[in-house]
Amino acid sequence: MAVVQDVHGHHDHHPSGIMRWVTTTNHKDIGTMYLWFSFAMFLVGGFLAMGIRAELFMPGIQILEPELFNSFTTLHGLIMVFGAIMPAFVGLANWQVPLMIGAPDMAFARMNNWSFWLLPVAGMLLVSSFFVPGGAAAGGWTFYPPLSAQGGMGVDMMIFAVHILGASSIMGAINIITTILNMRAPGMTLMKMPMFVWTWLITAYLLVLVMPVLAGTVTMLLTDRHFGTSFFNAAGGGDPVLFQHIFWFFGHPEVYIMILPAFGIVSEIIPTFSRKPLFGYSSMVYATASIAILSCIVWAHHMFTVGMPTVGQLFFMYATMLIAVPTGVKVFNWTATMWRGSMTFETPMLFAIGFIFLFVIGGFSGVICAIVPIDIQVQDTYYVIAHFHYVLVSGALFAIFGAVYYWLPKWCGRMYDVKLANMHFWLSMIFFNVAFFVQHFLGLAGMPRRIPDYSLQFADFNMISSIGAFGFGLTQLFFLYIVIKCIRGGEKAADRPWEGGNTLEWTLPSPAPYHTFETPPVIK
Amino acid sequence: MWGEYMSSKSVMTLLGSATLALYSSMAFSLDETSKYFHPQPQSVIAQETYDQHILALWICLAIFIVVFGVMFYSILKHRKSTGYKAANFHHSTVVEIIWTAIPLLILIAMAFPATKTVVAMKDTSEPDITIKATGYQWMWGYDYLQGEGEGISFFSKLSTPVAQVKGTEAKGENYLLEVDNNVVVPVGKKIRVITTANDVLHAWWVPAFGVKQDAIPGFIRDTWFTANKPGVYRGQCVELCGKDHGYMPIVVEVMEADKYTQWVADKKKASAAVVNTAAVGN
Amino acid sequence: MTQGVTKINLEMLKKLLIFSVIMFGFGYALVPMYEKFCEVTGINNLLQPDVVDKNIKVDMTRTIAIELDANVRGLPWQFKPLQSNVKIHPGESLEVMYEISNVSDQEISGQAIPSYSPRFLEKYMKKFECFCFTKQVLKPGETRQMPVKFVIDPQIPVDVNTVTISYTFFALQPGK
Ligand code: HEM
Ligand SMILES: [Cu+2]
Ligand SMILES: [Cu+2]
Repeated sequence: MAVVQDVHGHHDHHPSGIMRWVTTTNHKDIGTMYLWFSFAMFLVGGFLAMGIRAELFMPGIQILEPELFNSFTTLHGLIMVFGAIMPAFVGLANWQVPLMIGAPDMAFARMNNWSFWLLPVAGMLLVSSFFVPGGAAAGGWTFYPPLSAQGGMGVDMMIFAVHILGASSIMGAINIITTILNMRAPGMTLMKMPMFVWTWLITAYLLVLVMPVLAGTVTMLLTDRHFGTSFFNAAGGGDPVLFQHIFWFFGHPEVYIMILPAFGIVSEIIPTFSRKPLFGYSSMVYATASIAILSCIVWAHHMFTVGMPTVGQLFFMYATMLIAVPTGVKVFNWTATMWRGSMTFETPMLFAIGFIFLFVIGGFSGVICAIVPIDIQVQDTYYVIAHFHYVLVSGALFAIFGAVYYWLPKWCGRMYDVKLANMHFWLSMIFFNVAFFVQHFLGLAGMPRRIPDYSLQFADFNMISSIGAFGFGLTQLFFLYIVIKCIRGGEKAADRPWEGGNTLEWTLPSPAPYHTFETPPVIK
Repeated sequence: MWGEYMSSKSVMTLLGSATLALYSSMAFSLDETSKYFHPQPQSVIAQETYDQHILALWICLAIFIVVFGVMFYSILKHRKSTGYKAANFHHSTVVEIIWTAIPLLILIAMAFPATKTVVAMKDTSEPDITIKATGYQWMWGYDYLQGEGEGISFFSKLSTPVAQVKGTEAKGENYLLEVDNNVVVPVGKKIRVITTANDVLHAWWVPAFGVKQDAIPGFIRDTWFTANKPGVYRGQCVELCGKDHGYMPIVVEVMEADKYTQWVADKKKASAAVVNTAAVGN
Repeated sequence: MTQGVTKINLEMLKKLLIFSVIMFGFGYALVPMYEKFCEVTGINNLLQPDVVDKNIKVDMTRTIAIELDANVRGLPWQFKPLQSNVKIHPGESLEVMYEISNVSDQEISGQAIPSYSPRFLEKYMKKFECFCFTKQVLKPGETRQMPVKFVIDPQIPVDVNTVTISYTFFALQPGK
């Protein structure tokens, strides 16, 4: 009952000013806050990336001492994963899931508010850990013990931040699952749901499956550090390798948590701008589900060099390679959707095509990493850095940009400056490849990751990579400008700004009113 | 409506040439002597790994050309601006089955040679020489446990002067890849490397031999290689181990058998009192 | 929205919360599961004497080369095997000696942790006696020789012919 009142309570009076945002339980407000928070974290993580690339511009130590460099990479990874990419997807879910299933709001509006407001606390903890004695955590975003047992207070702050972020994600996921399962408009069966909603449903299940495991891992680490337990300490009968197993039991599904919603976004954008229904809708659903299931049994492919038994290595190799099959199905389905469509290439479509193009490259290097002998060669080198930036930056991040350009007209009722937006795409595309394509070769040639300095043979490609990274970083400030310009003013957007858009949100006025679908729409 | 902003052909040409540029950069790197690809394989395992990688790259390239050939054809031809009318098909079970099955077969073809190599990599039996590599923050310790040279024991530390790192001195040819004491092994002999660590995780990697093995405190792991040719081969620690993780290289010097015997004799003479490096673990 | 929907929602909230608590527990359950797994596959070390079948057969047709290794972590001790390698027939019982000495001027206690390569050796390596079963306390300057008595189970896969037995001494915090 309380939940119902929450939703309706704001009809006439919402608090204004800052209190509106602090107390809001409206899914659109909360979605907006998630997106802004995520962008702020993206800038922080990006600043750290620029620091890393500046240090790596030339051989030798110039601006970051090794210890600080390690903190930079560690916090860059953590902030990008937990602060930028994940909250951005949750923000998109907040905005779009109710709109796309014809629900008035999220199922638990007040919990929604809490799960957002936990984030800034965690973000502050991470950022401020740079300024405590001993500095920020420096053991990598994977914080393997025993190294992570060595750090100072910064490590504890990181552990605490991960706990908070985990709690927030779990609450967010529960909210999303409940909303999708219980609050769809009459007539919208599961198999009529838009792909974005489907992928988020599956992602949310993955989240409640693995985020608690992460919480458990960091708790064990914390008690090992301070309360004398020896889960991961050989001296007390523990095993550092155990940490890696538990961490990656979370960690591999985690990478799919960051890519499945991206698949959903692309599966919305491609049909819209091809003016043709998504090819193989049901196989898309099954592919998503099988990717999610497989993702839970491949974790040890991150551990091919710890010295597993042969059967273990082979099992994880085969299971990992198998994931390429449903992933391939998705790519083929997108291609078939475009085939004989009537395509136009607005900004969201550009990002979606850019996504497919580069994600496939990341997928290829993924399969190559799955082959044990090759992975033993490239594990912990720049090859892996290149691989996961292809799937995380040109995968997850490009999909998020695509989504923003796709739905921004609906959110703020105005069209952004398309020329600038297209330029944002092309600059991102070019600089991204300049920054990261060369890293494949650095890794193959023998450059380890997480090093602040390197031998002379790697100098030229590192310089190219840094130049690309600076370009990419600056381009994202340009994105900020485009979005602000759009919010400030601009041409009025139509209710259905994209001719091919057929999902429910396009039946609403632009901008979407504060309360929508209070009487559920009827789905034919 | 907004699509007009994209002058179609020119953008596609741009995209096409960017792709070509990327992939031709790959082609020039495929050359075995390129400094941007695997170092020249110097052991059977490294050679097999290299061959499998090349095979995988060709397969990827073929799939890439097929998929994006279709996609870019579609992008060029099936666009609204040329007046193309959208079809309305959205399902075909046959097609779905085909493009599930074919990748599966390709993957099996890739997994097959890999499986053989994995089994071979794990076979550390009957070594001629066993060397223990112990990771320390931040250097390596080596103990020759068995075979010719047994009992030899030393530390191996970065020998690049700090001034080169700080940039107050010109950087030498092997900047960051040089140590005070090389690990010396004879050519053509099976060398088993046992790894362990003193403090945190490290990893022992020599790319030219295709060996990489984590070093775990409290536990031993092993790997092996047989060097094809005399020479000096360089690698680095590849598991983040703290501040100077970037500064603990590995240098393996491969010698002819008689030279190796000589080296062993010299080493033994030089250190009359050989102490197991383990004893210095503080 | 009717009240019914909300009830269903709360129901689901409860279920999902319970599920995440279970998954949190599962994280911890992975610890014993991992140990069990390692035990079954013989990867991990158990610090207890093994019981050995009395009429175990010696397989004279096979010889296994055993390399012995010793490490010390964070202790002012010296620790080494008195023979660097031995040969053994599976099924035959053998004794090897290790030596530790405390080179500091303080009494210190340490615990040895064994580790094997290949890892499945644990499954076939049966120890009757080992200094790793208890902690070792050494007076200042004390040197001690300690035996390990063991047998290798003839069930060990035929392709195994070289193995390593390694011990690492860790410092024990006072009070443990
Ligand atoms: C602005 C674009 C970006 C640049 C230039 C960049 C650059 C880098 C660099 C150079 C490293 C390697 C650090 C090292 O191992 O020495 C790194 C690591 C990493 N990056 Fe990024 N990155 C960018 C965006 C992202 C994004 C969007 C994500 C999203 C999740 C991400 C996730 C990671 C992760 C997880 C690591 C591993 C950190 C670790 O080794 O612990 N990065 N990044
Ligand atoms: Cu993974
Ligand atoms: Cu290291």
